[in-house]
Amino acid sequence: MAATKVVVDPITRIEGHLRIEVQAENGKITNSWASSTQFRGIELVMVGRDPRDAWAFTQRICGVCTVVHAVASCRAVEDALGITIPANAELIRNLVHGMQFVQDHVIHFYHLHALDWVDVVSALKADPEGTAKIARSISPWPNNSATHFAEVQNRVKKFVGSGQLGIFTNGYWGHPAYKLPPEVNLLGVAHYLEALDWQRDVIRLHTIFGGKNPHPNFLVGGMASAINLDSTATINAVRLSEIADMLRRARAFVEQVYWPDLVAIAGFYKDWAAIGGGAKNYLACGEFPEATVKDYDKLYFPRGVILDRDLTKVHPYDHQHVTENITSSWYEYSGGEGKALHPFEGETMAKYTGPKPPWTYLQDEPKYTWMKAPRYDGKVMEVGPLARMLVAYASGHPDVKAIVGDTLGKLGVGPAALFSTLGRTAARGMETVLLVKKLQDWYDALVARIKGGDTQTFSKDKWSPDKWPAKAQGYGYLDAPRGALGHWVQIENGKIARYQCVVPSTWNCSPRDDKGQMGAYEASLVDNHPLVNPEQPLEILRTIHSFDPCMACGVHVLDAQGNLLTEVKVQ
Amino acid sequence: MLPTSHPWIEGETLGEHLESRGVTRRDFLVFCGQISAVLGLSELAVPGVANALQAVKRPSVIWLQLQECTGCVESVLRTADPTIGDLVLDLVSLDYSHTLMAGAGHAVEAALKDSVKTNFGKYVLIVTGSIPTKDGGIYTMLSGRTAEEVLVEVSKGAAAILAVGACAHWGSVQAARPNPTGAVGVRDIIKDKPVINIAGCPPIGDVVTATVVHFLTFGRLPATDAEGRPLFAYGKRIHDQCPRRAHFDAGQYVEEFDDEGARKGLCLYHVGCKGPATFSPCPIFQWNSHTSWPIGAGHPCIGCTEPHFWDTMTPFYERLPDVGGFGVEQRVDLLGAALALGATAGVAAHAIATGVHQMREKKRSLPVVDQPPGGGAGSGAKGA
Repeated sequence: MAATKVVVDPITRIEGHLRIEVQAENGKITNSWASSTQFRGIELVMVGRDPRDAWAFTQRICGVCTVVHAVASCRAVEDALGITIPANAELIRNLVHGMQFVQDHVIHFYHLHALDWVDVVSALKADPEGTAKIARSISPWPNNSATHFAEVQNRVKKFVGSGQLGIFTNGYWGHPAYKLPPEVNLLGVAHYLEALDWQRDVIRLHTIFGGKNPHPNFLVGGMASAINLDSTATINAVRLSEIADMLRRARAFVEQVYWPDLVAIAGFYKDWAAIGGGAKNYLACGEFPEATVKDYDKLYFPRGVILDRDLTKVHPYDHQHVTENITSSWYEYSGGEGKALHPFEGETMAKYTGPKPPWTYLQDEPKYTWMKAPRYDGKVMEVGPLARMLVAYASGHPDVKAIVGDTLGKLGVGPAALFSTLGRTAARGMETVLLVKKLQDWYDALVARIKGGDTQTFSKDKWSPDKWPAKAQGYGYLDAPRGALGHWVQIENGKIARYQCVVPSTWNCSPRDDKGQMGAYEASLVDNHPLVNPEQPLEILRTIHSFDPCMACGVHVLDAQGNLLTEVKVQ
Repeated sequence: MLPTSHPWIEGETLGEHLESRGVTRRDFLVFCGQISAVLGLSELAVPGVANALQAVKRPSVIWLQLQECTGCVESVLRTADPTIGDLVLDLVSLDYSHTLMAGAGHAVEAALKDSVKTNFGKYVLIVTGSIPTKDGGIYTMLSGRTAEEVLVEVSKGAAAILAVGACAHWGSVQAARPNPTGAVGVRDIIKDKPVINIAGCPPIGDVVTATVVHFLTFGRLPATDAEGRPLFAYGKRIHDQCPRRAHFDAGQYVEEFDDEGARKGLCLYHVGCKGPATFSPCPIFQWNSHTSWPIGAGHPCIGCTEPHFWDTMTPFYERLPDVGGFGVEQRVDLLGAALALGATAGVAAHAIATGVHQMREKKRSLPVVDQPPGGGAGSGAKGA
């Protein structure tokens, strides 16, 4: 039987525009292509602007991970200008970024990923009493009553009965790959709905420190939210207690709903611990400074590189080893596309060479995406929760070792199970459990500092451009919910001369490079990967969603001396 | 637009729906009062709003995401009130949304086609994201087609179009100088239908839902300013609604971040606040269940509801230049001036700008009144 060509476009329940093409034969995927179909050119827009404004421009790369580009940008500019921000500001940024992780990961699990595993229609057949029994056996969450589940089920019944299915229209309900009993499906549906309310609440931490979400405000040199216990207009005891309450509610939901659900659902899909591994190398740039951003040994999640899935050794991370290749991307390089470039020398000239729209297939094209291909020492890397957990585990991080060991034990699988679709989803849950506790530590540390009389949130010394060198360059790293992120900025005479970002989804959604090495998405789809019915590509969604794609983030740009070189990856 | 814990069933009126949810008539009237206040209606209008809302049935909404960052979708996900907010979202059947749909690829494209066909002439189209026009539109491709082609096709059967967010409004960050992909807003492409611009980067989610409520209640879109922004939300400058305004008038400013002024919550004008030139409901609606808003959290307004703010409002931390849009009353300006010993130049700018603004205001006032059906942005598209 010849291979069937399959196109899935749009991939839904992600951020941005992603197209996946595969070839499948006898129920298995034999080849795959990941194509990012949007380009915005934001870094190009930034040339000539005030570097203190850069966080706001780059923040708009993505409204889902709405904190990460802003903070990475502040760090890059602060690095270039030699600014160390006050300890309070570092703690506030950790709280804001940490809550971004927690909220984003829970939303991902319930609203972007759960419907790959949870069959909404099957939930109609559940015995609510049975659901309550299962729920109570795994968690003390107060809503785990038969009455509550029956109520949810009734609403879903009426909804399905109406024939107006809204977002559930044409889902792959009844697909043989759905394995949960109806009772567990009902549990998933009930918590999908509860999580909708929960996420609106806990994210208000961003509003208190940044004025709004999405796109809270940041500030080069610290944070703009001043602390004064004796003012109504600042961070005061009222604001702090609101935050304390949010942290409690965040922790309760993660520990009593998200994590127990994840483990319970994973138990029915253990076969997915041998599917979708893909790339064999993992990179983490490290995150959550517990001192300053330069104290690399004091990051809560350590940095490092794992090669060839060898967990006995963690290689050091150094951004100088990052390069980008454009063999399969709609760009050209002035020195020819054979040479991969480091972001400080990177160039990007968009050059579309794909077929005239409308497209049928891109898989026969030599170039097929707006994503570039980032490589570390020439090697393909996966970034994200799994990479972070693997690097931390291999580094002997006590919290990570404990939760990884515990989870593998509960599921009755070995460490090799981590290199998979299921491993990615589990790793995301693990780090959420750890971070929701860490948030409390950072909050306590902030309160202790205020109690001790330190209310400083901003370093004024280098705010004014007349204190800046004529030329400066900086690198801002940040390990975002979706993985390692880097911003590179060059400043000349007070203005941005060049700006580049290499972002998590560029690493993971990278196309083939000059050596023909597939990117992480592509490699995962050909690693023991099933596709039972090409008309219902549920399995593809499972693996792609396990990465939590954020396509808008794949951007890049810059300019070199007036020769405008843009390099945007996606969006 | 989201499924909520209390989905609204087709054929059920809002009155029946609320009853099945155990919402009392009194609670409902309180809600109608709130939504009327948001829409700037008098108390007398409340019973009318209540009656209209109660009889409404679930219309279809199609949400197209073009060249964008998904922040506007996220903003609507955060819509304020946990019970009543759900209810407003629940007013519609969301038939197409990349972010939320269960299926993918062909399956959701078929759902889109079905909804357009079944509800032709009746559905509400929400658009987030801009339309890249350079190089044949290849900078944003959806299911192998250009964003422009998809937008033009889906807009044909729309009863109303809401361009949500700065990208759909005028292109936003990707349209900032030098606009590498030729990004434009919905109104630059769709010219034969009323398009409401829910401005902001992103807008407050509640403004989106309130606009939908307005449409369902009155069978027409709300009155707008020349930018197509609903007056109930964008009718006033931030500066004129700002709780820190008294400090401006008194000449009490934050001079640098985290200084004494910042710790007292003084006016942010000197550190770049664009509130005097920005029409937005931020101070009144506030963000995320009325938790706070940018100025409330100590950061100057960056003017994100105004067209081309990435070029006209930057550098963000520089004091507003002496042109455009100061809208304070002159008398109060002069008072502020007198108190602000030494801020002479700024004050002169103020006075000039007030005059400029008054001229602009006259121009703006023309299109804001309701127009006859079939007219411009403020006109009454029938639907629902």
